[in-house]
Amino acid sequence: MTTEQPYWAELESTLNRMEGDTRRALPLEQVQRLHYLYERTSAGLVRLNTFASEPETRRYLESLIARAYGEIHETRDRQHRFSPLTWFFQTLPQTFRRHIRAFWLSVGLTVAGAIFGGFAVAYDPDAKAAVLPEMFANHLGDPSERVAREEKNPDKTSAGGMSSFSAQLMVNNIGVSIRAMAFGMTWGIGTIIILFYNGIILGLVAVDYVMAGQAVFLLGWLLPHGSIELPAVIIGGQAGLVIASALVGWGRRDTLRARLRAVTPDLTTLIFGVALMLVWAGIVEAFFSQYHEPVLPYWVKIAFGLVELTLLIAFLGLCGRKAEASPTRRSGAATLQPAHD
Amino acid sequence: MTKANTLLIRTPEGVVFSQTLAGPMSRCLALAIDLMAVMTAASMLSTLLMALRIIDPGFAQAMGILLSFVVWIGYSIFLEWFWRGQTFGKRVLRLRVVDAEGLRLKFSQVVIRNLLRFVDMLPLFYLVGGIACLLNRRSQRLGDVAANTIVIRIPKISEPNLEQLMAGKFNSLRAYPHLEARLRQRVSAGEASIALQAILRRDLFEPAARVELFAAIAEHFRSKVQFPQEASEGITDEQYIRNVVDSLYRPNRGSMKPARPEAEPVAVPQS
Repeated sequence: MTTEQPYWAELESTLNRMEGDTRRALPLEQVQRLHYLYERTSAGLVRLNTFASEPETRRYLESLIARAYGEIHETRDRQHRFSPLTWFFQTLPQTFRRHIRAFWLSVGLTVAGAIFGGFAVAYDPDAKAAVLPEMFANHLGDPSERVAREEKNPDKTSAGGMSSFSAQLMVNNIGVSIRAMAFGMTWGIGTIIILFYNGIILGLVAVDYVMAGQAVFLLGWLLPHGSIELPAVIIGGQAGLVIASALVGWGRRDTLRARLRAVTPDLTTLIFGVALMLVWAGIVEAFFSQYHEPVLPYWVKIAFGLVELTLLIAFLGLCGRKAEASPTRRSGAATLQPAHD
Repeated sequence: MTKANTLLIRTPEGVVFSQTLAGPMSRCLALAIDLMAVMTAASMLSTLLMALRIIDPGFAQAMGILLSFVVWIGYSIFLEWFWRGQTFGKRVLRLRVVDAEGLRLKFSQVVIRNLLRFVDMLPLFYLVGGIACLLNRRSQRLGDVAANTIVIRIPKISEPNLEQLMAGKFNSLRAYPHLEARLRQRVSAGEASIALQAILRRDLFEPAARVELFAAIAEHFRSKVQFPQEASEGITDEQYIRNVVDSLYRPNRGSMKPARPEAEPVAVPQS
């Protein structure tokens, strides 16, 4: 043990150095030395296992080997330096496109919910009271009355009130999106329910306003924030469905653990993208969407919403395609992995 | 992966190392500590925002809503990333989140295991997570399953350092080298190992048991070699055993070899 101790100490100090600054790549000789130390310590542990009287030393060696094992056998992409711009303009849209089927399924569920909600309110106006949650209480009355009321008192809230309203919206929507993702762990059932229910509310409110002849107000009110908010929640659902598909693993031969391990970075990327989108949507909703006709013409609001939607589609559909095409750059693309990994 | 609370990992070199899994109870306690930490942080934030309220109440409220959300969601993510798998609660209870396959913990794993708390918390008091943890062979809640992580106990690790055992302590037996030599001759490997382990683990015993144990061991070693009265006068049984260990294991004249050649395989396997 006395002769081995210097090697253990050397391994420990090498590991400490590596863990302290993981961005630095080791030169070849040091990597070889690390591997030698790791193997020598492993051999020491194997020999020590035959002695029952050294639990402390064995635990010490096990912990050293566990750490060295993590460093040596890690084959996943090692992030050198996290670049927010690369992440935003390449990784995020690429990840979105990689799971495009889950996205379309998520859209389909929302649309199905919207059709259901639309039919419900068209055939039974009482359905509105049964389905709408408390936070939509101001939509319970007649849409035309609400439009008249909103247009009559344009400047009813202070800027301070707006910002806290905006914060409330961000927190609520990000919470819903995180839930839509997390509930993927229920084999997707929870995610499906959330998406469908969101669709119902959307369809219900939309059809209600259209039937009351307030389609223009509805578009002007919903489009500026909805064109970002709704896709964000749907992408949250997409992330949930990605988890669900990894859990179910239909027709795939890799293990559950391998499937989940493969999607973890993508889920993180998607959910951070969703959070960014919802921060933007929250600001727009509080400071822009709530102003109506006499203050802001509807066509401005509708045009703004359409421009946002076009930009979003272009961003998610086109960004990072060049990097995808060239394999050398793709390998360098950042996954969401801040500095010291 | 066979023992109930231990995860065994076999490396490609054929070496097996073990990680002790943390049980639901200790994780619950860690969570309680973390909740307290989050609440403390939130109340500190609201005190700070009180000052802002004087300038702009609406903005202060907005910041309050946003920051408490960020603290609530981000606390575990930030700390587990920053402290390599630990939060305040986990530090106190010596727990750590690690990759289930013994590899490095990745940022995305930390994010996913913490965001999936939303499912584990259901319907209340982490019932889903708790049940998953009890049923899972590796004590994983759903967030851990999705992120491929486990929570382990960290053993108190210190490089065993025999020289430090005697640091600053006077060994009264050294005055009698011939008796020390006789002691080395008469003590078997197993006996020496008992004395050494008793000294190494002395802080883990209950006080009464500690006194009793060292009395018994000291009695045994006294029967092996009779040191003069003044050598052991006024010292505790524990100190006596410490002296014996020093005499048995002390390297000769600064060389790295243990005191007597035949004592080498005693508690310390020869390398």
